[in-house]
Amino acid sequence: MADQAQFAEQALEYMPALYSAALRMTHNAADAEDLVQETYLRAYRGFGSFTEGTNLRAWLYRILTNTYINSYRSRQRRPDERQLDDVEDLYLYRRIGAVEEAMAARSAEDELMDLFTDDQVKAALDSLPDQFRMAVYLADVEGFSYKEIADILDIPIGTVMSRLHRGRKAMQKELYKYAIEHGLVEPVDDGTAREPQHTHG
Amino acid sequence: MGWSSRSTTAPPANPNTLMDDCEEILRDLYPYLDGELSESARAEIQGHLDDCLDCLHVYDFQAELRLVIAKKCKEQTVPPGLLARVRECLGLEPTTTETTGETPVAQ
Repeated sequence: MADQAQFAEQALEYMPALYSAALRMTHNAADAEDLVQETYLRAYRGFGSFTEGTNLRAWLYRILTNTYINSYRSRQRRPDERQLDDVEDLYLYRRIGAVEEAMAARSAEDELMDLFTDDQVKAALDSLPDQFRMAVYLADVEGFSYKEIADILDIPIGTVMSRLHRGRKAMQKELYKYAIEHGLVEPVDDGTAREPQHTHG
Repeated sequence: MGWSSRSTTAPPANPNTLMDDCEEILRDLYPYLDGELSESARAEIQGHLDDCLDCLHVYDFQAELRLVIAKKCKEQTVPPGLLARVRECLGLEPTTTETTGETPVAQ
């Protein structure tokens, strides 16, 4: 890399994305700003260890998540090690899929897009424990590959897949809770939800 | 074509009862949406979705849900002043847009 200032200019282009991720990690605008600033400081100091031509975006996310876990989380004395209950596959589809199909057929709009507000979807993501929330955010919002997420979070690809699997289902369960609470859909009796499987694991 | 060439399972009496094939397809739906499957695995799922309306509905739903999450969980703006603060902290020259507190993000 030619020079540190040039590197910083490139890295700063990712600030909106990093701030968005920081906000989902910390749940708090002031902390998110601090986290982004700390991330850039560390990236700036460590730019010598970045190999030009490799993935700058993923490298910055790695610093962001490490900074979050090592400084922000440790200030709260203990890491977020909450686990998730097992949720059946296709949780949301089995409950509101038919409603959504019917609505979409009537209006030809993307009904699922209109069903939930931004705040509800963010709250559903925010409800996940750290390790699941970060994996889901990196995959679904940022579109990182499993390999990139594995590098960013420093975990094996199999762990990425299992966190995504569990995290996404838990998020669907949370979304369904909002939909019921806000009267967006009628509650489905669990016995009548389309549930042909779930005999395993 | 369709499931009959790949499965020995009889067609379901109830359309809501998924075939074995469908279970396999649905298990790989997220890796498919995530673009993580091999070319041949992708083709197999695409072929199944062409033939199986039940799975196509599930696919549509999951694909849209993924879009909803991507769109609604992303902040579109950076707080005014953050860019300037970070630039200053890195010892970089301020830029003209930052001194007004505007963010370079589109509306």
